[in-house]
Amino acid sequence: MQETLTSRRPLLEMRAIGKSFPGVRALDGVSIELYPGEIHALVGENGAGKSTLIKILAGVYTEYEGEVTIGGQPRRFGSVRDSEDAGVAVVFQELSLVSELSVGENIFLGREPARLGVVQWDELYSRASHLLGELGLDLDPRTGVRKLGTGAQQLVEIAKALSHNARILVLDEPTAALTDAEAEGLFEILNKLSNQGIGIIYVSHRLQEVFRLSRRITVLRDGRTVSTESATGLDEQQVIAKMVGRQVSQVFPPFGRTRGDALLEVRHVTAEDPVVRGKLAVNDVSFTAHRGEVVGIAGLMGSGRTELLLSLFGCFPGKVSGSVVIDGREVEIKRPAEAIAHGIGFVTEDRKRTGLVLDQTILANMTLASLARVSGHFVTNESREIAAGRPLFENLRIKAKSLFAVAGTLSGGNQQKVVLAKWLMSEARVLFLDEPTRGIDVGAKQEIYRMIDKLARSGLAVVMVSSELPEVLGLCDTILVLHQGKVTGRFTHENASAEQVMSCATGRQLCA
Amino acid sequence: MGNANAMPAQSSVVTASAQAGKRRTRFPAGAARAYTMVAALALLWLIFAIVTNGIFLEARNFSNLMRQAAVTGIVSVGMVMVIIAGEIDLSVGSLVGLTGMATALVEYYWHWSLVSSLLAAILIGLMVGALQGGLTSYGKIPSFIVTLGGLLVWRGMTKGISNGRTYPIELPSFRALGQAYLGRTTGLLLLAVALAVVIWSVIHRNSLRKRHGLQPWNLAAISFRIIGPSALAIGFVLALNSYAGIPVPVLIFVVVALAGAFVTENTLFGRYLYAIGGNPEAARFSGINLRAQVLVAFCLLGFLTAIAGVIYTARLGSAGPDAGTLLELDAIAACVIGGASLAGGRGTVLGACLGALFMVSLDNGMSLKNVPDFVQDIIKGGILVTAVGLDVIGKRRE
Repeated sequence: MQETLTSRRPLLEMRAIGKSFPGVRALDGVSIELYPGEIHALVGENGAGKSTLIKILAGVYTEYEGEVTIGGQPRRFGSVRDSEDAGVAVVFQELSLVSELSVGENIFLGREPARLGVVQWDELYSRASHLLGELGLDLDPRTGVRKLGTGAQQLVEIAKALSHNARILVLDEPTAALTDAEAEGLFEILNKLSNQGIGIIYVSHRLQEVFRLSRRITVLRDGRTVSTESATGLDEQQVIAKMVGRQVSQVFPPFGRTRGDALLEVRHVTAEDPVVRGKLAVNDVSFTAHRGEVVGIAGLMGSGRTELLLSLFGCFPGKVSGSVVIDGREVEIKRPAEAIAHGIGFVTEDRKRTGLVLDQTILANMTLASLARVSGHFVTNESREIAAGRPLFENLRIKAKSLFAVAGTLSGGNQQKVVLAKWLMSEARVLFLDEPTRGIDVGAKQEIYRMIDKLARSGLAVVMVSSELPEVLGLCDTILVLHQGKVTGRFTHENASAEQVMSCATGRQLCA
Repeated sequence: MGNANAMPAQSSVVTASAQAGKRRTRFPAGAARAYTMVAALALLWLIFAIVTNGIFLEARNFSNLMRQAAVTGIVSVGMVMVIIAGEIDLSVGSLVGLTGMATALVEYYWHWSLVSSLLAAILIGLMVGALQGGLTSYGKIPSFIVTLGGLLVWRGMTKGISNGRTYPIELPSFRALGQAYLGRTTGLLLLAVALAVVIWSVIHRNSLRKRHGLQPWNLAAISFRIIGPSALAIGFVLALNSYAGIPVPVLIFVVVALAGAFVTENTLFGRYLYAIGGNPEAARFSGINLRAQVLVAFCLLGFLTAIAGVIYTARLGSAGPDAGTLLELDAIAACVIGGASLAGGRGTVLGACLGALFMVSLDNGMSLKNVPDFVQDIIKGGILVTAVGLDVIGKRRE
């Protein structure tokens, strides 16, 4: 260990890494190197390419350009197993533990110590116990993982990673689901591991943590490396500027909508996390959306943006309090059906999971939220449905053979239009959009922007959650920034800047 | 690594449904699938006709085959709705036994009238459907478990209330439900009504299309839509008339099948079933009350199973403690062979009916050839897995 530190030979080098997905250049010439004992932070906006880079290192993506060198040897991983064997351990944001198995079983999953195919339980649990001890974890390896909190599960993931002698540890947003105390515990362990000579790549949105932990910081933006610098020579504002530093391009429709009456007033809405007791997913949020207005809700992943919309739409699994006024009347919304009846439409974040019935036709999806009105009260009337669906099909310029094309066959942008059509058909007056342009190519994005503008101009109130700062800045009349469920910033289109919004999103500056 | 696996899995889902799209361009009509089913059924009949020297397709056997198909078919119509919603019901065989036994007992001991004993059976069916559907949708117990329990409980009750004995059905009007035929003239009258309805509905739908500003069908399309179903109806009635007329259970089956097809394809309830089975989350976000719809589907199945139980009992002229055993497997197999997916979201009443006809034809044909029982079971099992296997391979090819 002493030797490797003094020789200063990098543990890992990734040089000129490029990766393309259909329609998107996710990475373009990214380079990063990691020295033994170093904690190297990787930061960037959502979609900057961090996850893609990590997945290449983890052996998940095997097709890429550029070179990965580990301990001076060029490597090309064909599988996750290859990467693990080379000493790389990746702890993804979503934990990959089997909750029905014990801690020990999880740590050695797929690599159980065995003789002639018979699992050596004593050996397994004693080795697991030893590993947990090294991490300073006072935990019985026979405990079921389901009984552990998220923080402990995270540490079990790390133990699992280290169990195959990893020299390179990659953590993707490890504190996203942790309480402050749990995060402290994690930092202690990371420092300990770095002292043992393990190189750590630490991906996080939380700049305070990044500055506390890391020696160097690499900033990615739009799939390119912006800079790699020593943390001591930087401050948070500089990093934020590097993360967002780009011009809001001309893809957005011009402003100049006229704001009408208040349509949706949200007062002191609070939602309790259904899993973690005492945690508030949404903490006392108030805002107003007027007719003809686009309200942007910015914030990082896990900041409570989606939870806020779910709460307002009557389908958040936890307890929700606060009041909602629509068109001057206080309403109570406990179910999506009630939200729809009050004129709210919700284009959800995940089209495939919550938006569309992929097996069904475009028309069947369009009419799903308003069948009784559009078709008939008991018996459906296909002709009426077609008559109602066709204008939307044409106005939204959905590219498909006909209204009877199956939704699953469409491209992302066209699927999004179908979901939008569903809510336009339900005559929504308030439209919730959660990440409306995720996974959509640039051309279709621009089309969606224009559509949002048009809808607002026609008198709808639009509430839009987005991780993409340019989108929020370029499209929204007012911007609300959330951090850990709380409002940390309110801006109007005129006084918002990318740097300020990002500061509020990282919880640094409180301008509520 | 959770992330890692999620990506390819998701994209394969997309391609799978993309492939489905090529075949199915309308609502759950599944025309191509129906043609394949009809072809498979025709092939099966041809084989049986050859190996039985034509006996299989004789008027008498055809009439008999249709009568047997009525019970399985009626249950399959209800079953396919439950399957479309993404649930399952394993208890229908036992429920056929229980409802059949109940009618026999109330007639035997208390001399209930035809109508009262019918109502008793239907009430039991609805109650069982409501209980099992309620436990599934509101109680959140998987339907597989609820109805596996039901399979044992209802069968146990059947044996209990009958003391293990078989009871005869004395009431002639009740036996008629399973054994009687409509006169030939009545059959022809019904046929005329059916033809009139077909013609009227095509013309009516065409005028609706015009009214809503859609391209009206051309003459060829109109005649195709009229001639297809008409030819089928004429052939069906003439074939049955060449023996003794339309059997009453077959008439009931046809009515149930038409109603079931209408409910699944032309009502909000039917559309919601497909949405719930296809993507429960999307259905929830669209404001659909999932639990109520699932409950109703189970109640409908309970209702139809009671009717099947009555017909089954009437056809045999007695109710035994083991009546309807293994019927659930035939009904589920019928739905699956007819294109339903146990994952939910796919399936049609027409497919389920053809599937039921297929399963019953296997029984009938093999019995004619005196194939031993155990061989019949082996062949039926093999054909079920093969049929679904071929379908899976076919989808993958596309």
